[in-house]
Amino acid sequence: MSEMLTIRNDTDLLEEEEHHSLRGREFGFWLFLMGDAVIFALLFATYVVLSGNSAAGPTSQQVFDLSHTAIETALLLVSSLTFGIASLAMDKGHGRAVILWLLITLGLGLGFLVMEVLEFRGMILQGAGPDVSGFLSAFFTLVGMHGAHVAMGSIGILVMIGQVMTKGLTLPVRSRLNRLGLFWHFLDIVWIGIFSVVYLPGVM
Amino acid sequence: MIGSGTPLRWARTIVVSTGAALLISGCALSEAPILYPQGPIALAQRDLLFTAFWLMMIVAIPAILFTLLFVYRYRSRHHSTAAYTPEWEGSWKIEAVVWLVPAAIIVVLGTLVWRDTHKLDPYKELASDKPPFEVQAIALDWKWLFVYPELGVASINELAFPADRPLSIKITSDTVMNSLMIPALGGQIYAMAGMRTEMNLLADGPGTFKGRNTMFSGDGFSDQHFLAHALTEADFTAWKDKVTGSPEALDAKTYLEVAKQSVANPVTYYSSVEPNLFGLILRKYAPIVGPLESEAAELICRGAA
Amino acid sequence: MLGRLTIEALPFYSWVAMGGAAVTVGGGIAAFLLITYLRAWKVLWTDWLTSVDHKKIGIMYVVLALIMLVRGFVDALMMRAQQAISLNSEGYLPPEHFEQIFSSHGTIMIFFVAMPFLTGLINLIVPQQIGARDVSFPFLNSVSLWLTAAGAALVLISLVVGKFSQAGWTGYPPYSGIEYSPGVGVDYWIWALTLSGVGTTMSGINFIVTIVKNRCPGMTYMRMPMFTWTALCISILIVFAFPALTVVALQLWLDRTLGFHFFTNGDGGNMMMFANLLWIWGHPEVYILILPAFGIFSEVVATFSRKRLFGYTSLVYATACIALLSFTVWLHHFFTMGASANVNAIFGIATMIIAVPTGVKIFDWMFTMYRGRIEFHPAMVFTIGFMVTFVIGGVTGVLLALPPADYLMHNSTFLVAHFHNMLIPGALFGYFAGLNYWFPKAFGFKLDAKWGIRSFWFWFIGFYLAFMPLYALGFMGMSRRMEHYADPNWQPFLVVAALGAVFVLCGIICIGIQLYVSTRQWGSSRDITGDPWNGRTLEWATSSPAAPYNFAVVPTVTDIDAFHEMKMRGSAYRRPERYEPIVMPKSTGLGVVLGGLSFVMGFAAVWYIWWLAALMLVLCLVCIGIRACDDTSEYVMSAAEVEVIETAWLSGITPADMHDMRDFEPRGAASGMTLSGRAL
Repeated sequence: MSEMLTIRNDTDLLEEEEHHSLRGREFGFWLFLMGDAVIFALLFATYVVLSGNSAAGPTSQQVFDLSHTAIETALLLVSSLTFGIASLAMDKGHGRAVILWLLITLGLGLGFLVMEVLEFRGMILQGAGPDVSGFLSAFFTLVGMHGAHVAMGSIGILVMIGQVMTKGLTLPVRSRLNRLGLFWHFLDIVWIGIFSVVYLPGVM
Repeated sequence: MIGSGTPLRWARTIVVSTGAALLISGCALSEAPILYPQGPIALAQRDLLFTAFWLMMIVAIPAILFTLLFVYRYRSRHHSTAAYTPEWEGSWKIEAVVWLVPAAIIVVLGTLVWRDTHKLDPYKELASDKPPFEVQAIALDWKWLFVYPELGVASINELAFPADRPLSIKITSDTVMNSLMIPALGGQIYAMAGMRTEMNLLADGPGTFKGRNTMFSGDGFSDQHFLAHALTEADFTAWKDKVTGSPEALDAKTYLEVAKQSVANPVTYYSSVEPNLFGLILRKYAPIVGPLESEAAELICRGAA
Repeated sequence: MLGRLTIEALPFYSWVAMGGAAVTVGGGIAAFLLITYLRAWKVLWTDWLTSVDHKKIGIMYVVLALIMLVRGFVDALMMRAQQAISLNSEGYLPPEHFEQIFSSHGTIMIFFVAMPFLTGLINLIVPQQIGARDVSFPFLNSVSLWLTAAGAALVLISLVVGKFSQAGWTGYPPYSGIEYSPGVGVDYWIWALTLSGVGTTMSGINFIVTIVKNRCPGMTYMRMPMFTWTALCISILIVFAFPALTVVALQLWLDRTLGFHFFTNGDGGNMMMFANLLWIWGHPEVYILILPAFGIFSEVVATFSRKRLFGYTSLVYATACIALLSFTVWLHHFFTMGASANVNAIFGIATMIIAVPTGVKIFDWMFTMYRGRIEFHPAMVFTIGFMVTFVIGGVTGVLLALPPADYLMHNSTFLVAHFHNMLIPGALFGYFAGLNYWFPKAFGFKLDAKWGIRSFWFWFIGFYLAFMPLYALGFMGMSRRMEHYADPNWQPFLVVAALGAVFVLCGIICIGIQLYVSTRQWGSSRDITGDPWNGRTLEWATSSPAAPYNFAVVPTVTDIDAFHEMKMRGSAYRRPERYEPIVMPKSTGLGVVLGGLSFVMGFAAVWYIWWLAALMLVLCLVCIGIRACDDTSEYVMSAAEVEVIETAWLSGITPADMHDMRDFEPRGAASGMTLSGRAL
C-alpha cells in the first residue's frame, strides 16, 4: 500500500488514468459492436421474412447482378486487408505508412460506396426502388444500413488520418485507430453475411 | 407509525363505500361472460383459469400471509421477545423449498398448458355429430361484416348461427388489425389484412351473446360491437327468411361503399353476396400481376377499375 | 421551407388541446421565470447542465422522471374521468383526444418516467456501491441524459405544436402506418423513443463497463450488492434489446416517410413482424424496468430488517435467470395472432417458468425479515406494500401466460390491470423506496418520513381502488382503450377506478409536500455521517452528498455487506495517512448541445423540414468529431483539495452521530437446526 501512496506528478497520474480508461473504452466498444450486431441480425431476419414478398414488383433474380456485387465484395475485403496493414504499421510506429495505408483503405471504402450507390440508382431507375415491395424495402434497408456504416467508417478514417498527421501515434490515437479497425473489420463480416444471405440465394 | 394519521380514516370510509358500491354491482359480476361462460370452449378455458388460480394459491397465500406475519412479529420495538439473527445469511432447506415448490407447480401447470393449448387450439374443428356452420368475418372500419357461404347472404354487426352446430369462423380484415371476440363462447383471434385466421366456437344452447373488436382500431373502435345469436332451428329459419327478404344485395360496388369508414353502423342484412367476396378481399393484399378475371375482382382488389 | 408545419399545427381547434398547450407553455415560462428570479442560470449551466458527475446526472434523470410522472399521471386521471362518465355518451373527451392521451400516457410512463428514474438511481448509486470514482464514460453519460431529455421534450412539445400519436404506446401497424395515421403524431412517437432509446443503449454500455472494470479491490462478482447485480443484468438486457426498438422504429419511419413496405397491409409488407420485433425489445424491457426495483427492495429490506440479506446467492441466480428468460417469452404478447398450438404452448410455458425465480425472490426477502428488527421507514413500507401486492400481479401474470385463458383476456382491462400491477407496486414502489432511501446520499439531508408514509398509503390504496375493478371488468368483457361504452354494469367499477386515480393524485401531492417540507427543514434532518440508516453497502461509506470523487481512498472490501463490516470492525471513517491527487473528468457543454441538436433534428424530421434535420445531423457529427479529437478531457484534483473536502466531512462527525453497532447482537434462538449463524 505504501508504494501506492508515494507522490506522483500529475502527468503520470493522467497517463495512468488514460491507460485504465482506454481499456474500458475497448471493452465498451466491443459492447457497442454487439448492439450493432443485434441491429444487423434483426435486419437480416426481416430480410429473410420479406425476401419472398416481391408483390407486383421484380424478384431478386431480376434485380441482382452478381458480378457487380463480386467487385464490391473484393473492394471491401481488400480494404480490410489494407486496414490490417495500417494497424501493423501503427504497431511498428511508422506514422507515414499508417497514413498511406489508411488512405488506400479510404479509397477502397469510397469505391465500394460509389458502386453501391450506382447499384441502388440503377435499381431505382429500372423500377425496383424500396417503395415497390416488402422484399425491396428489406433489401435497401439492410444493404443501405451497411453502406451507412461504411460511410461513417470512412469519415472515421478521415478523422484518424488527420489525428495521426497532427498528433502522431500517441496512445489515445493508437487506441482510437484500434477501435476503428474493429469497426471496419466488423463491417466486412456483415458484408460477407449480406453476400451469402442476400445476393447468393437471390440469384440462385 | 404504520397506519397512523388521517389517510387511514379516509381509507376506511372509502373502503366501506366502495364495498357497498361493489355489492350493488355484485350482480353485474354474475353476468360476467368469462366467469359464467355459455359454451364448452369458453368453459374449458375458464376451468383452466380457475385450476391455475387455485394451484398458484399454494404459493401466493403463504407468501402474503407470512410476509404480513413476519412484518408484525419482527417489527422493531423495545423489549421485543422475538428472536434476532442478524448474521443469518441463508438456509439450503428453505432455498430448496422456495425453488422446488413453485417449480413443481409450474411443472403441473406446464403439463396442463401443453394439453389444453392443443385441446383448445382455436383452429381445431370441434367434434360434433352435425357439420360446422361456417361464417366468414371481415373486419372493417368500424364494423363487422359476416358472410354466410352456406346461405349466400351477409349481415353487418349481427351474427346468427344454429345453436346446435359448431360455429367455424374464418376471419380477415380489410383495414387495420382487429381482434374478433365473443367472450361468452370463448376466445378471440386477430383479423389481419391479406391473412385468414380461424376460430371454432360452440354454444351450449340458444342464446344471445355480445361480441366485439378488442384491438384498438381508430375513432369508431368503442362502437365496434355486435350481438351473436345462437338460434333454434325454427328461429334460425325465420332469421334466414328475414335476411333473404332484404332488398339489399352485397355486390362488389356495394361492398366498396360498405368498406368506407362508419361509426356505430346499424345492423344491415344482404340477401345476396358477391361470389367469393372473402377470397377477393384476401387477394386484394396479395401480389397481383396483370388484369384480374372479373370486373368484381378488379373493383375489390384494385378499387375503382 | 417549413415542410408540413403550418399555422394549423397550433392547438386552436379545441379547448382540450388548448388547455394542454397552455399548461405546457405555462410550465415552461414559470420554470424560466423562477430560474431567472433566483438568478440561477449560471449555476444551472456550470454546476448541472454541463456536469459529467454521475451523481448530478443521476439527480437530473430523477428530476426528469418526476416531472414526466406528473404529466403522465394527468393523462391517467383524464382517462379515468372520461371512462367514469362516458356510459352511452361521449364524455368530455372526443375519441381523437382520448386516443392521444392513452398513447402518451403509456409512452411517457415507460420511456420518460420509469427509464430515467431507474437510470438516475443506478447512476447515483452504483458507482458508489462498487467503490468507484465515476462511471467509465462520464461524457457519454451526459449525452445519454440529454438524448433522453430531448425525447421527453418532443413528447411535451407535441402538445403545443401538432398532435401526439393516436396509435397507442405500442404503435401497431398498419394503424400507425401513413395510410391510417397520416398526421405527425406517430412521427413524434417514433422520434421520442428513438432518441431516448439511443441514450438508453449508451447508458447500458456505460454501466456494463463501469461494473465490470471499475469495481474496487476485493469486490468479486459474488460480493456485489444486489442493486449493482440488477443494474448489471439490465444493462446487458439493454444492450441486446434496445437495438430491436431502434430497428422497429426505423422501419416504421421508413414505411411512413419513404413509402417502404415493411408493415403495410399490401405490397409484401408483414405487420406480424412488427409485433415480433417490438416485443423482442418489449419483453426484456419489462424486466429492465422491474429488476432494478428488485435490487432496491433487496437493499432496503436488509437495511431496515437490520439483518443480512437472506439467500444472496439464490437472489443473484434468480436475477440472472430472469434476465436470460426474458428473451424467450416475447410471443406471449400475441398468442391470439394465430400461431400454432405448439408455438403458443412453448411460449406459455417459458413465461410461467419466469414465475419461479420471481417467487424465490419474494421468499428470500420474506426470510430476510424473519428474525430481524423491522423499522417502518418509508422505503421499507413501500417494500412491504410491494411484496403483498406484487404476488397478485404475479398470479394474474401466470393466468395470462396460459394461452387458452389469454384468448379470453387479451386486450381486456384485465391485461391493463395486470401490467399496472407489475409496474406500479413492482417498479414504481421500488423507485419510490429508492428515492426515500437514497435521497440523503444525493442531497445530504433526509426526507420527511411522515409525508413519505402518507404518500405510500395513498398510492397503495389508490392502486387497489384503481386496478382491482379493472380486473373485474376484464372478466366482464371490457376491452382496453374504449372511449365510451354501452354496458351500464361497467360504470360502478369505472367510478371506483376513477376514485383510485384521485387517491393516487393525493399520493403524488404527498410526495410533493414531502419534498417541500424536507427542504424547508433540511437543517434539522442533515445527514452528517453519510450513513443515515445504518446501511450495509459501500455507498454509505461516502459523505452525503458524496464528494465529486466519491472515495478519497478507494476501499478494499472483504464481504457483501462491505460497509457494515467496516463499521463492525471499527475501520469506518478512518483518515488515511496521506491524501492522493485524483484524476477527474472535466465538465463539458457538448452533451447538452448534442441533446439540443438532436431535439431540433427530431422536431424537423417530424415536420419534414429536411434541410434543418440534415443540418442538425451534420452538426451532431461535428460535435462528436470534436470530442473524438479531444485528448484533454480530464484534470487532476490536488491532494490538498481532497484533504480539505475530506477533513470538512470527517471532522464534523462526532461519536454521537455514529450508529451503535452493539445493536447487532443476536438475541433469542440464535442457534437452531436451520440457522447457520456467522461468527463476528
